Amino acid sequence: MNSTTPRDRCFWNPYLAGALSGLVLIASVGFAGKFFGASTTFVRSTGMIEKIFSAERVSRMDYFMKEAPIVDWQWMFVIGIFFGASIAAKISDTYRLQALPDMWRGRFGDSIPKRACAAFIGGVIAMFGARLADGCPSGHGLSGSAQLAVSGFIALICFFIGGVVMARIIYRGRDGQ
Amino acid sequence: MNTLIYGLITGILFGFLLQRGSVLRYDKQLGALRFIDMTIVKFMFSTVMVGMVGVYLLKDQGIATLSVKPTILGAVIPGGLIFGIGWGLLGYCPGTSVGALAEGRWDGLWGVLGMLAGAALYAEAYPQLKKTLLTWGDFGKITLPQALGISHWVIIPLFIAGGLYMFYWFEKKGL
Repeated sequence: MNSTTPRDRCFWNPYLAGALSGLVLIASVGFAGKFFGASTTFVRSTGMIEKIFSAERVSRMDYFMKEAPIVDWQWMFVIGIFFGASIAAKISDTYRLQALPDMWRGRFGDSIPKRACAAFIGGVIAMFGARLADGCPSGHGLSGSAQLAVSGFIALICFFIGGVVMARIIYRGRDGQ
Repeated sequence: MNTLIYGLITGILFGFLLQRGSVLRYDKQLGALRFIDMTIVKFMFSTVMVGMVGVYLLKDQGIATLSVKPTILGAVIPGGLIFGIGWGLLGYCPGTSVGALAEGRWDGLWGVLGMLAGAALYAEAYPQLKKTLLTWGDFGKITLPQALGISHWVIIPLFIAGGLYMFYWFEKKGL
């Protein structure tokens, strides 16, 4: 698992890619005054979807007053992540249509519904937590830590504690494989 | 309008680098949580270490202002732990689920749908949470330099030194 597989060589050194992302963050703060974040976009998008069914109810809900269902800087940023990752995957020929991650398949087999259920429930839990914490690994982990925000460091530590515990439960007895 | 274009361009650059750094993958995210492949941690800390120098230089020059999220212990600690549990199950975070979908790993789609549902659930729970957890242990918008009463130019080099030592350790252990 640790050894470099041929496909890994198609990717950049993570230190380099990470450091360049740091420069992108600095440029964003300098030019647009905007720090990275992603989870608020899911709130705004949910608000947009709920508005289709009940605009009046959405307009009365506290949380959608706080985070209005509109397209803002961060919403475009998240859309941009999709396009940027698509471009990178295409030009490096690393686009792979894959329903199940390799590690997941090794543990749970070939069932797509099983992965869909776990991923969906994981998504529900993760977003609830991210909104309670007021940020995700982008907003707290990168932007918060880069500003030396106390909330960013606490969130980052808690993200990893929760994640490590869950990973232990899922892959119990299979360490290092 | 300009703001939206800046958002799109910044997102494209960041998404490009996330993909090139191979962090958009379940195996890499769970690899870090299982301490067998620290790729995502290397990426994150490299971004943070470079970012903090630039951000504080811009702040000192008066070019940028910080946008610090409040430290509300009753919210950030349980919220962070809950996020982590969901993250361990999904194997993507909000930004990387979108990116994973873009590079063909379409199990990210279940994650995106789940996260939209999770946001809806939170919006329903918010009026209650606003009166309870979100008021507990509120220290306001504090940074580490403010909390400790020392200059950020003392903390930043220490943080970078610690990060570099961690990188050295990862490489030595072949993580």
